[in-house]
Amino acid sequence: MGSFAPARRGADALMRRPFLRLFVTPAALIALGFVLAMAAVLQYAFLAFIPGELQPGGFTFQNFREMMKPLYAGVFYDTVKLCFLTAVLALLAGYPLALALVRARNAYVKSAILIISVTPLFLGEVIRTYAWIIVLGNRGFVNGSLLALGVIDAPIPLLFTRLGVVVALVHVTLPVVVIMLAAAIAHIDRDLERAAAALGARPLRVFLTVTLPLSMPGIIAGLTTGFAWTFSAFATPQLIGGGRVNMVSNLVYSLGFASFNFPFAAALSVAGLVLTALALAGFRLLLRPLHRVGLT
Amino acid sequence: MILGFRLLVLLLLAFVMMPAVVAIIAAFDARAIIAFPPKEFSWRWFQRALSYEDFRTGFMHSVFVAIIASTLSVLIGSMAAYAMDRYSFHGKATLEALLLAPLAIPHFTIGLGALILAAQIGQSRGWPVVIFAHVILVLPFVLRSLYISLKNIDPRLEQAALSLGARPARVIWTVTLPALAPGLAGGWLFAAILSFNEFTASLFVTSQRTQTLPVAMYNYVREYADPSMAAISALYILVTTILLVIANRFLGLGRILGTDDGRN
Repeated sequence: MGSFAPARRGADALMRRPFLRLFVTPAALIALGFVLAMAAVLQYAFLAFIPGELQPGGFTFQNFREMMKPLYAGVFYDTVKLCFLTAVLALLAGYPLALALVRARNAYVKSAILIISVTPLFLGEVIRTYAWIIVLGNRGFVNGSLLALGVIDAPIPLLFTRLGVVVALVHVTLPVVVIMLAAAIAHIDRDLERAAAALGARPLRVFLTVTLPLSMPGIIAGLTTGFAWTFSAFATPQLIGGGRVNMVSNLVYSLGFASFNFPFAAALSVAGLVLTALALAGFRLLLRPLHRVGLT
Repeated sequence: MILGFRLLVLLLLAFVMMPAVVAIIAAFDARAIIAFPPKEFSWRWFQRALSYEDFRTGFMHSVFVAIIASTLSVLIGSMAAYAMDRYSFHGKATLEALLLAPLAIPHFTIGLGALILAAQIGQSRGWPVVIFAHVILVLPFVLRSLYISLKNIDPRLEQAALSLGARPARVIWTVTLPALAPGLAGGWLFAAILSFNEFTASLFVTSQRTQTLPVAMYNYVREYADPSMAAISALYILVTTILLVIANRFLGLGRILGTDDGRN
């Protein structure tokens, strides 16, 4: 009996959850700070803006009424369209990359694909956007090369256009979509593909009827994350759009730091969060039938 | 078909790399305006970028914020991840959801919230609000990397130590912590890289006095068009790529990001 006593003490020690309070308190404080910051945004959204004053006034719905004006409603509509288009394009471009990343047999090829596809994620939005300015500018890489080759006589406008913004946004969003897709593809049981192949299905058919449907969770995750990620973009629409393409993020910043209208900036942020949540819920709802078909 | 697929993947990889390569080439052009094709080779923009005062102070500020924020995140995150992985307690699901929520919230909203909150308690425009915003933003990544490391620790090791009479503190110190070391290092490195590069939230919460490097670079792009910015981008791309290659070699980037299939 004596020899089992330490064992019981060990079990008791785990049951008592040692250091629980010590371990959880710092994280709980951070979570509390986050909640307070979000609550501050929500609170400001319902306060009146007094021009020339940094302190907001009393309770009002005015900020949300103001948002219904075509100028602001148009930016919201535009942002949703850009986010959706970007997410879909990033998904189309990301799928082959994710598939190649997971399925590469050579370890060096695998590492190379991984490093190349995720490095942009760690470079930050400013550098990536700046690089795109060099690519898209009137004397930039694309126009400079085409002019030098004599393909065109005058530069094609790419910077400060929707096309330029979308291309750069897809580039910014691509790494995170690749990660989402690769995580899902990595979970596919390859025996299912082997079984299909053994039963005589050609590679394309195996892909379309086994691999693609089974990667549906990754496609949904990639689409929703891509959407939310694009919604969060600021420097890309600001610098590549050059004022001609505006997203909610740009509006929030200029209202806060050019007009010091923080209540309205807060109201726009709240509306943006609600809109993103609705769009993401919508995706899941729309894709659910597809998901079900894929699994049966 | 296999050949076509490979070609497609190569084209996509080229698309991903192209802007970085173009920026690096532009950094070596002697002319004061960016124009392709480049004409004359020069190092002058590197010299200018490295001596530009805002970049120098911005770099120091970014290093300072990244070290403090990632160290705090790893300390807070490892304790929380341990408690959430090993114990069940009241409010666990809520705490976890709140700590991961910043992943789904735009950085400009988090920056705005941190700024308003800091202004309300009279702390705006100082270091605490910058570090606070960075900790919130990188903590989800730290938690993710630590969860994976905690799952990979054989629970029998801790049970063995406990059953041999070691007190919980000693088990954590001599068994759990050493086994967790690669996860802690990986989590710290990711947090530091992400914090060093964070831009949008920083734009809201920094002032002229606390301006980080990405904010300084953003202000530079808005005002000047010379290739100094291309030069600093080239250095940035080089350092980040080296760090990621090291991280991949020693910590397994694919494992942390969850893109390995674990079989082949």
